[in-house]
Amino acid sequence: MQPDWIMGLLGGLLIGLGGAVYLIGSGRIMGASGIIGGLVDGSGRSNALERIVFLAGVFLMPIVLTPFYKAVDTHITDNLTVLVAAGLSVGVGTRMANGCTSGHGVCGISRLSLRGIVATVFYILAGGLSVVLFRHILGVI
Amino acid sequence: MGRLIVALIAGGLFGSGLFISGMTDTTKVQGWLDVFGNWDPTLAFVMGGAIIPMAIAWQITRFRKTPLTGGSFPPPPDTRLGRNLVFGSVLFGIGWGLAGLCPGPAIASLSYAGTGGLVFVAAMLTGMWIAPMLRARLDRIAQPE
Repeated sequence: MQPDWIMGLLGGLLIGLGGAVYLIGSGRIMGASGIIGGLVDGSGRSNALERIVFLAGVFLMPIVLTPFYKAVDTHITDNLTVLVAAGLSVGVGTRMANGCTSGHGVCGISRLSLRGIVATVFYILAGGLSVVLFRHILGVI
Repeated sequence: MGRLIVALIAGGLFGSGLFISGMTDTTKVQGWLDVFGNWDPTLAFVMGGAIIPMAIAWQITRFRKTPLTGGSFPPPPDTRLGRNLVFGSVLFGIGWGLAGLCPGPAIASLSYAGTGGLVFVAAMLTGMWIAPMLRARLDRIAQPE
């Protein structure tokens, strides 16, 4: 297997290419939380099928690629309280901020959107503090 | 039909990229956020790699009137910052650090993340469902933006 940073760069280029296809093909911003959230709260009812097909692609391609890997593991915690608290924060937070790592981070920063840059600074700072607090101080993760 | 094909290709590229970059591995995400621990730089390469084609795509939109399947390109970015953007991003960051997952990778890893991945996604969907109500309540308590 290649060094992690090369796979990271390669994967990143594919992520950006996905966003480019979505933008030039359909005029839409590839933001995962917006695409999912619009299905959940009904605000994206008018193009629900397009959202579902996009998410199907996201879900299915890793299944296609998994056989080429010796092992795939998310190393996700089995602590239910942590999972529920984290999932709720991510769900509420991304919808309140109108974007996540893909929408604000990738699509926003690449067009020098002030909102995208500010959001990214805040979620990275909060993420760093969260790891310090929950890993190094409280020791729950 | 054209828009569905575009969505499938875009989603497939996004899912492939998340998978091979290692961003569905929660230890790599938490490792990047953990500047006081054993810091893992991978996420910076993923972010940098993703911004390159996307920046080119934004430039292309300036020379085209419409997207390939019709319709229109997004309007210029909103410049208003506001409380919800900051509050929401902080809340998102806390959850992101806590579990090492954000919305895209959570969906991409559903097939191999086991029960933990399912619980996270169920909680995330619940959060996305109640967010508009919380947002409206917050706007009533404080001044609307």
